[in-house]
Amino acid sequence: MLKVTLPELGEGITKATVSYWYFQAGQTVKKGEDLVEFTTDKATFNLPSPATGKLLEVFTPEGLSVDVGATLATMEESQ
Amino acid sequence: MDIVVSAIAKENTAREVFNFEVMDLGAIGYQECFLLQKNLLQEIYAARRKSTLLLCEHPPVITSGRLAKRENILRPLDEVKAQGIEIAYSDRGGDVTLHMPGQLIAYPLFDLRLLQKDIHRYLRNLEETAILLLKEYGIHGQRKAGLTGVWVNERKIASIGIAISHWVTYHGMSLNVNGDMGLFSLIRPCGQDIMVTSMQQLKKQQVLKMDEVKERLAAAFTSVFSKEDNYA
Repeated sequence: MLKVTLPELGEGITKATVSYWYFQAGQTVKKGEDLVEFTTDKATFNLPSPATGKLLEVFTPEGLSVDVGATLATMEESQ
Repeated sequence: MDIVVSAIAKENTAREVFNFEVMDLGAIGYQECFLLQKNLLQEIYAARRKSTLLLCEHPPVITSGRLAKRENILRPLDEVKAQGIEIAYSDRGGDVTLHMPGQLIAYPLFDLRLLQKDIHRYLRNLEETAILLLKEYGIHGQRKAGLTGVWVNERKIASIGIAISHWVTYHGMSLNVNGDMGLFSLIRPCGQDIMVTSMQQLKKQQVLKMDEVKERLAAAFTSVFSKEDNYA
């Protein structure tokens, strides 16, 4: 099982708001596809999927402000 | 589309060089330009194209970013559209803004994988680019603590709203060069009660030559993004 986390976005940026999930739990995602969009004050940021596989569980719904490093979802990598 | 400048921002054989080309699109509709950005950024991500700086002007359009609130457009939408002003929704950060002919739009499609993956630094670099350009015209642009954009004497002259996909940037900055600043009374720019100004207003002169401003802005981008400390 693979954890998807919010990466470092830059100096002084400690939080970002989840603004859009491109996939729902249970769906299959390819590595590099846009997985989830975040919004900070003046920027939106698309996080690509770190792997190809099934999105198991989403922990952070749209609208939630999350800390850098927080777990957003879990994935099961395809073999 | 003419490539007006090819700028090499960094000479260094030890690592991949960051450089970009400039595309002057002239006048182009907001949506058309948005689709072009999306296509180009796919090519840049796939390393089939180098980073690209788009320069253009938009016909009158009010755009709403991801954080936009409807109440920041101050007139009924029908009334706005009847004035020939388009309304567009955008996936950039930020609230409501307005573009019009005379305003110079810069959309850097820059591969931050070659620089630093730092949104904060990138935003400050955009501000620095505008400040440098304004200085060339004898205008003292300043940042405001805690806010994004460039101000002159408490009036905003450059607005910024960006998006990043696969660490390639899109959307960008609008700089009030010429144009009818009165149109801004239709909105609360960026959701704040702020006044705007333009280079033309500040210089108290006739219309500034857009081609010259474009060339100088492209040079300012080269200067700011070629600094050594932009590299990881």
